Amino acid sequence: MYFTLFITVILTAVVLVVGAYVVAKLIGPRSYNPVKGEPFECGIPTRGTSWIPVHVGYYLFAILFLMFDIETVFLYPWAVVVKQFGAMALCSIGFFMLVLVFGLAYAWRKGALEWK
Amino acid sequence: MFDFSIVTTWFDSLLRQTLGLGDFWSILIECILVGVLILAGYAMLAIVLIFMERKVCAYFQCRLGPMRVGPWGIFQVFADVLKMLIKEIFAVDKADKLLYCVAPFLVIIASVGTFSFLPWNKGAEILDFNVGIFLLTAVSSIGVIGIFMAGWGSNNKYGVVSAMRGAVQLISYEMSLGLCLVTAVILTGTMQVSGIVEAQTGPWNWLIFQGHVPAIIAFLVFLVAGNAEANRGPFDLAEAESELTAGYHTEYSGMGFGFYYLAEYLNLFVIAGIATTVFLGGWAPVNIGIEAFDAVMDYIPGIVWFLGKTFAIVWLLMWIRWTYPRLRIDQILKLEWKYLMPLCLLNLVLMTIIVAFGWHF
Repeated sequence: MYFTLFITVILTAVVLVVGAYVVAKLIGPRSYNPVKGEPFECGIPTRGTSWIPVHVGYYLFAILFLMFDIETVFLYPWAVVVKQFGAMALCSIGFFMLVLVFGLAYAWRKGALEWK
Repeated sequence: MFDFSIVTTWFDSLLRQTLGLGDFWSILIECILVGVLILAGYAMLAIVLIFMERKVCAYFQCRLGPMRVGPWGIFQVFADVLKMLIKEIFAVDKADKLLYCVAPFLVIIASVGTFSFLPWNKGAEILDFNVGIFLLTAVSSIGVIGIFMAGWGSNNKYGVVSAMRGAVQLISYEMSLGLCLVTAVILTGTMQVSGIVEAQTGPWNWLIFQGHVPAIIAFLVFLVAGNAEANRGPFDLAEAESELTAGYHTEYSGMGFGFYYLAEYLNLFVIAGIATTVFLGGWAPVNIGIEAFDAVMDYIPGIVWFLGKTFAIVWLLMWIRWTYPRLRIDQILKLEWKYLMPLCLLNLVLMTIIVAFGWHF
């Protein structure tokens, strides 16, 4: 039942976007001239393409995010059973957390967290 | 406490037994009804939130805000929506049309998807998976892709810079958001949204009371990370209007822009709603252990409690937004990776120790 509802929710979002677009297309004006098709750069004509190489720092943080996020995903199933396992849960996750903290400390030490 | 599932079961039996409809038709009618309810709630909350933001912002800046359209300007938002609808929709000629068109869908799917996880009342959750909180974080991160696609696809230099900033900020703050939710899940022992709220009913049983120190730390970090996740407040550098015109939605006109506007406000509500659900007891009333007081509080419907707490947090986040100046990109990343992340990991260990040795209330 919940999967049907989940699909309903996603379809609702799609219907919202499509519906509003259709209404806007129907009642909005339509006209064309070449200047309208230019990207907006505060009145200055664009030089070259906008798809240029960007600062490498963004990729570094994206890679860091990938590593840590995959590791935190494993914490979810563990978190549910902590109450039943008590102190045992603490021991079992201790090593895992140690790796996580060491990873963060290593990245920090290597200067991966600095924005240069 | 009124249980809303009485209404849903009654409606289900009305369709199946009284009207004698088959499985397919009754499920279809129920799903359409759910969709209409979501759209109605979504639109109504958007109107309330946009009006509230304008008035709150105005009073923080010693202005009156919108006053012309209707008494105290209460019809201003309707006028805005009408204006957006009658604007022309057009795209940049050289834009990547596929990314450009798909992006609003992803942003709205993330927003409506997370919106449907909120528990409005006892038995009135729309999506109530047993992996609720986990799926909620998964759905909310679809929005990052939408923002990235919008900025990159619109072939605008401001858009590209904004897409990069937005993506790195949103994925960074997702970390501490997730870790705070894990901290809460340790205490409740379930990821199901209704179960989390159920665990918080009873005298002094809201999670921030149950889990005392680590829960309060998690709640505060959640508010900071949530504010960044909703792209607002001091963390709005993806759409920093003074440097990037409008950021990733510069090239969207009319309703295309409207979707991002809508999603921003509803994301604010969703973040406040999740904070309420997980830490402040959702629809659970204030119970202090004195029977007469508790009976009176139980008499107030759950949806009033939920909306009351959520709007209190929304107001707090608006207060933060209109008080603090915008941070720089390096300050934002430093705050997340050097302060909030280690704090969250430490907090997680602290919470585990407290739960493992039974030191919680």
